Amino acid sequence: MFKILKHAILGPQVKQLVFEAPAVARKRKPGQFVILRINESGERFPLTIADADPKAGTITIIFQEVGKSTFQLGTLKAGDAVLDIVGPLGKPTEIEKFGHVICMGGGVGVAEIYPVAMALREAGNEVTAIIGARSKDLVILEEQMRRASHKLWVTTDDGSYGYHGLVTDPLKEILNDTNKKVDRVFCIGPVPMMRAVAEATRPYGIPTIVSLNPIMVDGTGMCGACRVEVGGETKFACVDGPDFDAHQVNFDLLMKRLTIYKDQEKLSWELWKQQHGKCTKKS
Amino acid sequence: MAKKIIPYAVPMPEQDPKERIHNFNEVPLGYSPEMAIAEANRCLQCKKAPCIAGCPVAIDIPAFINLIAQGDFIAAYRKVMEKNVLPAICGRVCPQEDQCQKMCVMGVKNEPIAIGRLERFVADYAMQVGKTEVPQRLRSTGKRVAVIGSGPSGLTVAGDLAKMGHSVTLFEALHATGGVLVYGIPEFRLPKDILKKETEVLAKLGVEIQTDYVIGITEMVDELLDRYQAIFIGTGAGLPYFMNIPGENLNGVYSANEFLTRNNLMRAYLFPQWDTPIKPSRNVAVIGGGNTAMDAVRIAKRLGAENAYLIYRRSRAEMPARDEEIHHAQEEGIIFHLLENPIRIIGDEKGWVKEIELIRMELGEPDESGRRRPIPIKGSEHTLKVDTVIMAIGQGPNPLLLSTTPGLKLNKRGYIQVDPQTGATSKKGVFAGGDIVTGSATVILAMGAGRTAAKAMHEFLK
Ligand SMILES: Cc1cc2nc3c(=O)[nH]c(=O)nc-3n(C[C@H](O)[C@H](O)[C@H](O)COP(=O)(O)OP(=O)(O)OC[C@H]3O[C@@H](n4cnc5c(N)ncnc54)[C@H](O)[C@@H]3O)c2cc1C
Ligand SMILES: Cc1cc2nc3c(=O)[nH]c(=O)nc-3n(C[C@H](O)[C@H](O)[C@H](O)COP(=O)(O)OP(=O)(O)OC[C@H]3O[C@@H](n4cnc5c(N)ncnc54)[C@H](O)[C@@H]3O)c2cc1C
Ligand code: SF4
Ligand code: SF4
Ligand code: FES
Repeated sequence: MFKILKHAILGPQVKQLVFEAPAVARKRKPGQFVILRINESGERFPLTIADADPKAGTITIIFQEVGKSTFQLGTLKAGDAVLDIVGPLGKPTEIEKFGHVICMGGGVGVAEIYPVAMALREAGNEVTAIIGARSKDLVILEEQMRRASHKLWVTTDDGSYGYHGLVTDPLKEILNDTNKKVDRVFCIGPVPMMRAVAEATRPYGIPTIVSLNPIMVDGTGMCGACRVEVGGETKFACVDGPDFDAHQVNFDLLMKRLTIYKDQEKLSWELWKQQHGKCTKKS
Repeated sequence: MAKKIIPYAVPMPEQDPKERIHNFNEVPLGYSPEMAIAEANRCLQCKKAPCIAGCPVAIDIPAFINLIAQGDFIAAYRKVMEKNVLPAICGRVCPQEDQCQKMCVMGVKNEPIAIGRLERFVADYAMQVGKTEVPQRLRSTGKRVAVIGSGPSGLTVAGDLAKMGHSVTLFEALHATGGVLVYGIPEFRLPKDILKKETEVLAKLGVEIQTDYVIGITEMVDELLDRYQAIFIGTGAGLPYFMNIPGENLNGVYSANEFLTRNNLMRAYLFPQWDTPIKPSRNVAVIGGGNTAMDAVRIAKRLGAENAYLIYRRSRAEMPARDEEIHHAQEEGIIFHLLENPIRIIGDEKGWVKEIELIRMELGEPDESGRRRPIPIKGSEHTLKVDTVIMAIGQGPNPLLLSTTPGLKLNKRGYIQVDPQTGATSKKGVFAGGDIVTGSATVILAMGAGRTAAKAMHEFLK
């Protein structure tokens, strides 16, 4: 059993949990994730480790409620526990002194880019961060991201806060600024956003890293559910990734594979709603 | 006086195929005490007992069968337990026709003694009457041992070393113990309750079980060596192979490992009561001819497929699956496409499988494996309408642990190299056995390897 020590609400349907998981906390590096199972009948699903404290033996995860498992997780409070947490899975993000780096996060992807930005800053990089959300109330971790970066852009699709537009808009501004050299771009967010960022940096030949989020089961390379295509080759995202060279990723395939269980996910969610009388809308 | 020969084995009652394709309950129902005694009475009690040599853990087969014939089932159970601590499992899944029963004298002219069924009977009987005892534990040696992987090899090592008085921790990557027994072999062949009961003995022996713990990730082998005096690696062959043909990443294509794990470990057949889904399909093609393929195709049928095809590139004679399972599959209406091989999977515009293209094969000269090599027949390409394809063409060594353990010598196929007499690896204090040494083999061979390693580890710890 893995106990929850802290529970916080970061925004509409975005929650943060701090778990007691000493073995994971000890080893974890930025970019890695855990697979979690709430109870005996629960599914195994991946969540990025947003932060960890090896001394206290804790890990922090931040997640968006999008379906049955994440909503159920969101109902747990401090003092509750989940049955299983395994990790830290996946290859850590490659952290080096690259020079000037841009860290981009969209939606709940901000929680995933935050530890990467922090590590890059600590490694001596100049960090420009761009985080985006649909509207003001969905912006998360702004303060943390400000501390993790030298310059922070916040964009909202509807212009209710910060820069009015998509995360790729300030990115393009920076890329067009001939005074500003960009050595590497890191991006985590919804697939369309990662694809757009890949397309934006491609003409400039700037190395761009994305963190892919295919459906997973074991997370140890045993099942192959997490197959993605990178540079025409099949990779298992849980062990070969989740970070990959954005310019080589077949995003189209990833999008398609993410829809495999759409009907079942809907059914599962409807049942959960009925049983728990929640009227929150599925986003 | 020569014993009267009874040519046929007592048949085992089974669930009707028409019924069982709609449930996940066990197919063979087991012997009654009367049936067991009748079958035991067929045994010739041979002096030389060649059957024993056919059993990788050398169970004293005539002795336990004799005890059954006398009606002393508990004594028979104890006899088996001297050599095999997982008899309810082995009695069910051992490829007996290639092992003990293959050597049985009766089998020369008639049906061999149903040794596996009898073994299963005594184990089930002992469980039913609650006479499964916890083996004696010797005085604590104060030595600490780590066992990595909880498949049959790891379970055996953990049990044996605990009995010898060592303090054992068992590390398992998944959330449940049992290895292939829990994630691979389906409920209708090996009920999870049986597995649970047979592995509970370990906890009673004081083995500390640490699930959700991946060695090579959560902790490294070299770190364990600081805390433990000896280590056993029994991580199995859990890396799924694909064929590298076009269309393998389409929606609806699974590795057998994924398909089996979703069903067996995650109970997708109970969706939506259990959360893990599986996509229902009408026409399923399973590629392969081993136990894995047979399990996958029979699950697919039970999940409601109208047509469940098994596609295998050689002929029935070369199929590595157990005879009993092939037979069960046929009874259940699985459609066999023998001497055919996929060359391409074709998808629709949304990225879902819609057809598979096959080519017919003929058998040529025997290859290194001794089986006749399949050769494609030019111009015989044809397609089959399917919405699901399951690749069950074999598996290899998972690199997670291997690549993070410096000094561990691998053979040219990528498996761990060991001294066959002891299971010792190139790393001092580190032993290995089971599928991670031999490649995919059998439950009883993995257990045998575990037994060998446990003995050697005990010596090493002295
Ligand atoms: C490496 C990795 C890291 C992730 N990190 C985070 C994170 O830090 N915060 C966060 O909010 N989300 C994260 N996700 C996504 C998260 O796993 C899914 O949102 C979650 O599984 C949805 O489950 P559900 O039952 O609530 O929703 P469902 O209704 O089941 O699914 C909603 C969508 O989530 C995806 N999904 C469903 N099941 C899985 C699964 N087993 N594995 C992966 N994706 C699945 C599918 O695209 C699906 O359409 C990560 C995913 C991956 C692969
Ligand atoms: C579907 C299927 C059906 C089969 N049917 C039969 C049958 O009918 N009869 C028969 O005799 N044999 C059968 N076999 C073969 C048999 O199951 C295997 O040979 C046997 O299970 C091998 O045992 P093992 O102990 O080597 O490893 P496994 O059973 O593979 O167990 C290895 C365990 O180690 C864990 N592990 C892996 N890596 C790590 C790590 N880094 N850290 C911690 N834990 C780790 C895994 O999660 C797993 O639980 C079948 C195999 C399959 C796949
Ligand atoms: S363990 Fe397997 S090989 Fe040995 S006697 Fe039992 S069924 Fe036969
Ligand atoms: S060889 Fe067959 S008949 Fe002879 S003792 Fe063994 S099981 Fe009995
Ligand atoms: S999740 Fe199973 S191999 Fe990646």
